[in-house]
Amino acid sequence: MNIQSLLQLHPYLWTLPKTTGEKRAEVLLYGSEPLLASMDDKVLEQIANVAALPGLAGAAMTMPDAHWGYGFPIGGVAAFDAAQGGIISAGGVGFDISCGIRCLRSNLNLHDAVARFERLADRLFATIPAGVGEEGHIHLNPQQLDQVLLGGAQWAVKQGYGNTADLDYVEENGCVGGAVPSNVSELAKKRQRGEMGTLGSGNHYLEVQVVEHIYDQTAALAFGLHEGQLVISIHCGSRGLGHQIGTDYLVMLAKAAGRLGIHLPDRELACAPVKSPEGQQYLGAMNAAINCALANRQILTHLTRETFAEVYPNATLETLFDISHNTCKEEQHEVDGKTRWLHVHRKGATRAFAPGHPRLPARYRDVGQPVIIGGSMGTGSYILAGASTNQAFASCSHGAGRAMSRNQALKQWNGRTLIDDLKRQGILIRTRSMRGAAEEAPGAYKDVDQVAEVTEQAGLARRVAFLRPKVCIKG
Amino acid sequence: MSSSYFEHDADIGIIGRGLTVEQSFEAAAHAVFAIITHIEEVHPLTIVAVEFEESDPELALVVWLNLLLGKARELGMVFSHFYIQRQGNYWHGKAAGEKWREELERGVEVKGATLTMLAVKPIGPIWESRCVVDV
Repeated sequence: MNIQSLLQLHPYLWTLPKTTGEKRAEVLLYGSEPLLASMDDKVLEQIANVAALPGLAGAAMTMPDAHWGYGFPIGGVAAFDAAQGGIISAGGVGFDISCGIRCLRSNLNLHDAVARFERLADRLFATIPAGVGEEGHIHLNPQQLDQVLLGGAQWAVKQGYGNTADLDYVEENGCVGGAVPSNVSELAKKRQRGEMGTLGSGNHYLEVQVVEHIYDQTAALAFGLHEGQLVISIHCGSRGLGHQIGTDYLVMLAKAAGRLGIHLPDRELACAPVKSPEGQQYLGAMNAAINCALANRQILTHLTRETFAEVYPNATLETLFDISHNTCKEEQHEVDGKTRWLHVHRKGATRAFAPGHPRLPARYRDVGQPVIIGGSMGTGSYILAGASTNQAFASCSHGAGRAMSRNQALKQWNGRTLIDDLKRQGILIRTRSMRGAAEEAPGAYKDVDQVAEVTEQAGLARRVAFLRPKVCIKG
Repeated sequence: MSSSYFEHDADIGIIGRGLTVEQSFEAAAHAVFAIITHIEEVHPLTIVAVEFEESDPELALVVWLNLLLGKARELGMVFSHFYIQRQGNYWHGKAAGEKWREELERGVEVKGATLTMLAVKPIGPIWESRCVVDV
């Protein structure tokens, strides 16, 4: 990104000055000079496009891990006020609606568990359906699927996947309101028939990690974390159902925008006013997909527990938190001194409520919401806590962010060689896709340490713990 | 007909080229499914028909690719051969392939075709169709 075009407001906050006659709201970019310089110019173009959409409240923002996406940049945050004609955008949520991370803390320590990692990796790989073309073990009829779309993780717990204690630590207690299954196409429902309880592909993973370093002892204590402890992160979303809803509504909303006189600088920003029939229809379908994703991660949590129990009979796995990073949520925020209800789009950005937020579970209310920045399979991930200094609609980074395209990564790495190299470093990978492994090479991602550090320095969230991968099931 | 790719940070840009707009759509579909598996190893055992109405050729490309992806996932299949014909605003397509089997290479799941970098246009005597697909 050409940072000469930016104006630095603070060491980790920049803006893009408007050119003469340019009609858009403010753009804010969180990041350090090196991180911003490493981003594609398209990030700037995409977030400027977002800032031109109707009803934007405050500024359109990018997080420190931003990269070139479709429509919105990945790492993009934008809040729209329905009362001011604000829109909801399918492109602002993405295809993998409610993609997110479930993090589980275990009672196991690395030195006690490491001897059985090979067996654990094999058993997890055999139990968790992962990768393209893999089906899950749960097949639902249409009525049952509608119950999933209405009930989310709460539905899954009622079916025996996990326990009610999990729900306290899942966004919205595991179920969002406003889901309308009848707004979801038959094809979307058919696509999901074999995909409940599956991990998916691409950058999705199930990772066993060790807490290698604690940055914030108070928050770590609240989160139940200590050095040497094993935790498990499950990264996946709403699977085929969400993908099809994204597909169905993208074209529908692109046409609606034309009819409603909304100028789309990029058609992928396909949107309609929140209050329009089209906007309401998408909202109902999107909320159904969120519930599907929450149920999916709940089922995967259950399968993970079963597998751990086989390998480590005394293991207990508790849900630390479950948080999505591809969503639009209706939330209250203060803008220009007024509290307003806004539809906050986070595309590749994680919600990060500050300490004291009423929607946080009591256990975390004093320290802030747990936030997970997922890194690559060879480097590591971070757990952070929401910060009261956050001015970005309670949002922060969600991952390391890609540093190069998948095609470039394929040219640079060989999947088999990479997996062997990682094994020598003490990281066991299991995957059915050598192509996928090469595309997900650690070197294809930005420096997650830098992203987490800058996220903290920018006041978006505070680092609590660093997690080092030990076993990774890749989609 | 030929298919190729263009660079995109997070996802993959696909390109289909042919002597007609339909051929470029078929080549674009080939590019998409070659991300999912080693397409030359897929036997065209089962034919699946798709049809839709769309006046805008660019949106038609996205609808075509997404219908194929949706059908493949619904049926647990992967496709290797593609055919589409336009009659006014009506598009009639077919894809041939087979159910996933153990021997097929597992590539990367394509979630959907996006409207980003979407273009369907003639370049000299060749039609080119392109867009970014989300993986």
